[in-house]
Amino acid sequence: MRSSALAGIQPGSRKFRWYHDRRLRPGLVICGGLLLVAVLAGVLAPGDPSALGEAAERLCSPSWDHPLGTDVLGRDLLVRLLHGSRASLLVGWVSVLLAVTLGTGIGLASGLGPGWLDRILMNLTDTFMAFPRIFLVLLLVSLTSPSLLLVMSVLGLTGWMPVARLVRAEALAIREKDYVTAARGLGLSAARVAFRHVLPNLLPTVLVAASLRIGGAILTESFLSYLGLGAQEPTVSWGSMIQQGRAHLLDGWWLTVFPGLAVSLTVVGYNLLGEGLRSRLASGWQGGGDSRG
Amino acid sequence: MRGILPAGRFSTNMLLWITRRLLTSLLLVFLLLSAVFFVVRLAPGDPLDQIVAIEFGAADRELMRERLGLGGTLGEQYSRWLRGVLQGDLGYSIRQHRPVSDIIWEALPATLLLTVTAYVWHLILAVLSALVMAVKVGRWADRLLTWVGLFFYSLPGFWLGLMFIMVFCRKLGWFPASGIHSPDAVFMDWGSSQLDLWWHLALPAATLALGSFMGTARYLRSSLLDVLNQDYILAARSRGLPERVVLLRHALRNAMLPLITLMGLSVPFLLGGAVVIEIVFGWPGMGRVTIEAVWARDYPVIMATTSLGAVTVILGSFLADLLYGWADPRVRLGDRGRVL
Repeated sequence: MRSSALAGIQPGSRKFRWYHDRRLRPGLVICGGLLLVAVLAGVLAPGDPSALGEAAERLCSPSWDHPLGTDVLGRDLLVRLLHGSRASLLVGWVSVLLAVTLGTGIGLASGLGPGWLDRILMNLTDTFMAFPRIFLVLLLVSLTSPSLLLVMSVLGLTGWMPVARLVRAEALAIREKDYVTAARGLGLSAARVAFRHVLPNLLPTVLVAASLRIGGAILTESFLSYLGLGAQEPTVSWGSMIQQGRAHLLDGWWLTVFPGLAVSLTVVGYNLLGEGLRSRLASGWQGGGDSRG
Repeated sequence: MRGILPAGRFSTNMLLWITRRLLTSLLLVFLLLSAVFFVVRLAPGDPLDQIVAIEFGAADRELMRERLGLGGTLGEQYSRWLRGVLQGDLGYSIRQHRPVSDIIWEALPATLLLTVTAYVWHLILAVLSALVMAVKVGRWADRLLTWVGLFFYSLPGFWLGLMFIMVFCRKLGWFPASGIHSPDAVFMDWGSSQLDLWWHLALPAATLALGSFMGTARYLRSSLLDVLNQDYILAARSRGLPERVVLLRHALRNAMLPLITLMGLSVPFLLGGAVVIEIVFGWPGMGRVTIEAVWARDYPVIMATTSLGAVTVILGSFLADLLYGWADPRVRLGDRGRVL
């Protein structure tokens, strides 16, 4: 609906030309490439990333045999890095999916529901938003034994608040639109109005919020794994790889440098994607690809 | 209807609004203290199992339960805990065998020193880069800074800290890698010990500031670009004022207004960032206390630091709102309650 006014003006704007949008391309390339790496990790680097290497291959600096070197147990760092992308992406996607689903549900209920429900839900949202997130995450993680699944659920359960606020604000604006009034006037049920008429128009906003949150989730996961509160052996995670390299900052710089760069590249990719989507949203969702952000 | 806003800085309306805002803040504090309590208590498993060794007899177990405030029904525990917190009694640390409030009083100054220093550096970096970006908008300097900022913004803070340790401490030996004081600091005179403190503070504060300044800088950039389009800037320029004066006196001062709200919003980020940085640099603050408590499953300490963090955030946003009303005369309160 946002773009209806612009659609007629911009040439060729009816199609979704995602790839040709120069604001989106860098993000799409990085995120797509990483997704491929994560999916194909087993093909690109066959074998068990946790299998111990030869004694002579411990803590080797980067060479032709081991492009990124080996760790203290003689394991190839490149292989581990490729496999480690799975943990990061899995946590990023699943936790954000959970957070966005929760946030959208609560935001919709708050924005479209009766006033008392809105007050209750928004007070709840404000309460949880007041916690510096890392404290809440640490509190929840400390309650049971650490695992990647726990990290995903905790990040999902602590990430819905901003999404709920955003969705509520957007829903409040959309409920005043004529087509919603019309749908109500037709006697459609509240649920049908919410899911068929309001939700679809919210989706672009939600998508932008989601893509901007994935980077943050990946950062938090790497920090938790660095603390030993995230992925546990034999699951490979970039955060725990950095932890393992911490004792070898000088004689094994590659152990910390490369996993850190991998996390950074991933987060840059998702932030670029989110920014690209946001500027696309700001200039009309389906708008032409050549306008600058 | 009163057209003109009250002349006094604190009118009756303002006081009324402050009171209301204060009450909501207190309600929020109460809600989140309850949330912390129930999240911990309703988690599966008896917290005592994590603490008491198996060979303890039943009698010792019950004694321990009493001492940790875990006796009685859930409701009794809840009211006891809430009463304790309101009286400044945050419970008893399981691992360190001393009151939690002692631990926090020891750690709080270090965290405050780190976050306040980092925030000042963060602001300086943000203002400088925002000025460059706004003046050179669309040019290479603007783009370069945007990219550099995005890069720093996306770095894991703990990793950036490790890289600094690797280069500046291990390789070059310019800065100490951890702690807040050198071991021999107790023998130094006041001046040297201050110097020693700043020497230890430099890297953690720089890491924290570098990782976060770009959010503020980008906000300030767009705010500056808005302000630079205003008529009063045109007026200032047409009066022949030097560009430097126009930028710093007229544009920057107005563009920095929204920064006050942003300051309140930055509190959680800085606190969170401090947790990450403190653990890497062995900085003896709240973050390190929290994480060590998480490793040791020292619930009273985790509950206390979490609550304190949250109270700080609420306080921050309350103060930011107050400050905004004071700084921007346009946002005084009219007859119909809050405008903010």
